[in-house]
Amino acid sequence: MKAIVKYISSIFSALKTLFKGMAVTGHYISHPKEIITQQYPENRETLKMFDMFRGEVVLTHSESNEHRCTGCSACEVACPNGTIEIINKRIEMPDGKKKKVIDKFVYHLSMCTFCNLCILSCPTDAIKMSQDFEHAVFDRSQLTKVLNKPASKLMEGVR
Amino acid sequence: MNIYDFKSLTDSIHTSLSVNLSPSAVTIIEFIIIAFAFMMLFTLLGLILVYAERKIAAFFQLRLGPMRVGKWGIAQTAADAIKLILKEPLVTKNADKFLFNLAPFIIILSTFMALGAMPFAKGLHALDFDIGILYLTAVSSLGVIGILIAGWSSDNKYSLIGAMRSGAQVVSYELSVGLSLLTVVVLAGSLQFSEIIASQEAGWWIFRGHIPALIAFTIFMIAGTAETNRGPFDLPEAESELTAGFHTEYSGLKFAFFFLAEFVNMFIIAGIGATVFLGGWMPFHIGNWEGFNRIMDFIPSLFWFFGKVAFLIFLMMWFKWTFPRLRIDQLLRLEWKYLLPINLVNILFMAFIVLMGWHF
Repeated sequence: MKAIVKYISSIFSALKTLFKGMAVTGHYISHPKEIITQQYPENRETLKMFDMFRGEVVLTHSESNEHRCTGCSACEVACPNGTIEIINKRIEMPDGKKKKVIDKFVYHLSMCTFCNLCILSCPTDAIKMSQDFEHAVFDRSQLTKVLNKPASKLMEGVR
Repeated sequence: MNIYDFKSLTDSIHTSLSVNLSPSAVTIIEFIIIAFAFMMLFTLLGLILVYAERKIAAFFQLRLGPMRVGKWGIAQTAADAIKLILKEPLVTKNADKFLFNLAPFIIILSTFMALGAMPFAKGLHALDFDIGILYLTAVSSLGVIGILIAGWSSDNKYSLIGAMRSGAQVVSYELSVGLSLLTVVVLAGSLQFSEIIASQEAGWWIFRGHIPALIAFTIFMIAGTAETNRGPFDLPEAESELTAGFHTEYSGLKFAFFFLAEFVNMFIIAGIGATVFLGGWMPFHIGNWEGFNRIMDFIPSLFWFFGKVAFLIFLMMWFKWTFPRLRIDQLLRLEWKYLLPINLVNILFMAFIVLMGWHF
């Protein structure tokens, strides 16, 4: 007797779960506004990548061409595949002291796996991931980028 | 009821041919006309159903589907067909060449034979056998021979596994399809399609047959989906395990035949379902609502049939893109432990209802 009740109830529970699944897909097909496909080359002007997207590493510069990178090389150490090279130089301050600042922040896009470890390791939040994803170039050398803009200098108060 | 009868059209063609031709010549010309019509239908169905499948699948998964070839990707399937025709028909080295080339034709043949007995509209019915349902179920399962031959002759273990699965599947689900159709045959009292449709003039069997007809319809849809090797029952082709199952080694036009036959089989199953349960080309009528019934009669019978078929095909696609694929033991358990016993009890129940005259 117990087996028969179990048999019949299993049929109804199976039907219930089937309808539950069909309700999910039914919701999808009846809500075409939720479609996530992007018509990429056509909507290039309006396409906005989501916030978490990891396009490439950029060094943020303020309007007065100042960045926050102190040249501590934490990102260079954190990078698992040698994508970042920091070349430092020593400049003489007005008060006669010598100070270490970055000369070149070299970033090899061709080696980057977009793992985000460099951004997490940065103590001064100098670098971030941009949403730019059109990286195709005709020459490999163009993938090696110097991230700090010419004549940019360290922002006041960042140490 | 004043629905346009295609018999007047076919009769006028027949008389105009008979004027100055011998009867045998008339028969041959009519054969050619019908064969041409069915070939056109076959190709059109293939093109439209493949496009519909890709679009609907995409919308079920929050995608857009083909969008590049033509507006909304309309010409995509035509472009695919041209590509398939231009491709080289490869044959594996140790394949049984004769059987390898024969298999797609057996499958195509079975779908054509089944398509021939479809009642498309009032009077538009190529073969109206008095054993119509028996013929259709018999012929539509002939395709499994083609699948077995394809799997055997390909000299490929995946093809053979797929073919064997297909054999086990079709042999077991054939029972459920037959029994669920018999439930309605008990109601209608005939195996002939035209009479089954005529018996539904007062209302479709799915509404008039109480719960047993509803159960039979559900079982028919499940078993029919299984018989076309589609949806959650697509383990003969099981892309993730067997690359493409029985048609792994086929390319070009021969592959296109398998592909087309699968979609036309889906149309045939939906067509049988629409004819037997949903009244074929009969318009939708509600009791004594004269005005409503008159308006429904204005819609041509061809549209009624194809509308119902489209609805059932949409249902099958909904199954396919919702449920995950069954394992072979789950597949056989579903048939032998659930569908078949339910079906046998259901047909007894239905016979009892018909005997007591409890149906509408």
